[in-house]
Amino acid sequence: MWDWTPLRDWLSEAITPYWSYPLLLAVQTLMVMICLILTMAFYTLAERKVIGWIQARKGPNRIGGLLIPGLAQPFADVVKLLFKEIVIPADSNGFLFRLAPFLALVPSLAIWAVIPLRPEHAFADIDAGLLYILALTSMGVYGIILAGWAANSKYAFLGAMRSAAQIVAYEIAMGFAMVGVLMAAGSLNIGDIIRAQHGLFGWNWTWLFPLLVVYFISGVAETNRAPFDVAEGESEIVAGFHVDYSGMAFALFFIAEYVNMILISALTVIFFFGGWLSPFDGWLAEDSWLAAPGFFWFGLKTLAPMFSFLWLRATFPRYRYDQIMRLGWKALIPVTLVWLLVEGFMVYFHVGPWKGHL
Amino acid sequence: MLGIRNFLKTFLLWELLQGLWVTWKGLFAPKITVNYPEEKTPQSNRFRGLHALRRYPNGEERCIACKLCEAVCPALAITIESDVSADGTRRTTRYDIDLFKCIFCGFCEEACPVDAIVETRLHEYHMENRGENIMSKDKLLGIGERYEAMIAADRAADARYR
Repeated sequence: MWDWTPLRDWLSEAITPYWSYPLLLAVQTLMVMICLILTMAFYTLAERKVIGWIQARKGPNRIGGLLIPGLAQPFADVVKLLFKEIVIPADSNGFLFRLAPFLALVPSLAIWAVIPLRPEHAFADIDAGLLYILALTSMGVYGIILAGWAANSKYAFLGAMRSAAQIVAYEIAMGFAMVGVLMAAGSLNIGDIIRAQHGLFGWNWTWLFPLLVVYFISGVAETNRAPFDVAEGESEIVAGFHVDYSGMAFALFFIAEYVNMILISALTVIFFFGGWLSPFDGWLAEDSWLAAPGFFWFGLKTLAPMFSFLWLRATFPRYRYDQIMRLGWKALIPVTLVWLLVEGFMVYFHVGPWKGHL
Repeated sequence: MLGIRNFLKTFLLWELLQGLWVTWKGLFAPKITVNYPEEKTPQSNRFRGLHALRRYPNGEERCIACKLCEAVCPALAITIESDVSADGTRRTTRYDIDLFKCIFCGFCEEACPVDAIVETRLHEYHMENRGENIMSKDKLLGIGERYEAMIAADRAADARYR
């Protein structure tokens, strides 16, 4: 994007050269987090708008009528939540009750450390990026389980148990889909995974299409979104695991859920749609700005799965609990296993885009 | 054969895709939202909203304290006490309607032989304090005086169907 050296020089002069790099990293992290929270805020607005449109309504249109009616709705929501009291139930486990929202939020923000938003840039360009993602997405469920348990409410507990069983089931399908991706790339590093994809039809989505479908479906299940939102299940268990949370404590769960949705969208793009690569790569001239990889393409492509989340929610009724389990164990996991076998043969016999491997 | 077809339909999420197509079309369908305070949906002249007690054009109260409305009220929302007034006629000394009990069925209006108690079109009212849900005789007569033109017009429009 832009050159960070002036800020880095200023920091090393103002403080000490030793601390300039960590401080610069902290500033950059803060910026990414603020952008992420802002995206999340407008994502909630987009959700209400899109679902409204699908249901022949207009969605929120009262606040901020300058450009788009309802544009300032997220800020009104935040102000409302900030002013609400956080009630801690008398018989709850106070420490865990307070800890749970952070356990839900922190992993969903921490994963962004390994996400390369633009070429050659990730806060932590670690070689085991994929494992890090897998580990931290599983961490998020601790927040949900602890929230359900600490509240000492049967509804919350039911929600937590459902969420735990669901995430265990879908984590496997998700992991297998990721195995397919890493077989295609030959690396666990996120940057390498993106660089291994070439051209619009050489991105993983063509050859790994079943894995893309499985990954996105398990991603929806992983974030507890409709139609897999039995953990919340408004009509059955009120609000599930966060039934006893109010005010900003609830907002933290809310932020975590939406940041997770953005994250799953970003990961879908990274694994299957070439991350920051341009779709015109290889078609247009090398120096054309359209063919240049960058954050522009990454952001634009991420919007599509983000919209799909809302679209799915507006379309499908909630799955029954046993249907969720059947889909996870008896449909998604076999599909990934079969396709991994197919992919293994393709890699072995040098079919498809993986001619260079092995 | 049918089994294979059904399996393929389920496996390829065919019906789910159809559902997605329906909602995709809905995304661009015309919106039916009415921007409520600025726009309002049409209202019938028979709308049963807030109650009112009417007077004759000469200012005399219509209500003769027959208590038919009290008797017919299915929610027991009406309380009437009556006495002989100064000019020797029977009049109510108390006429309370509890709006929390009232179910806005309109039976009181149907029962009234002198068209004294009516239900107006007013529905945008609120209460801020405890006890404001009791519509006393003064309040009801006040509403009747204030909205007499509207009440009379609504009754006139409906007269040929009565």
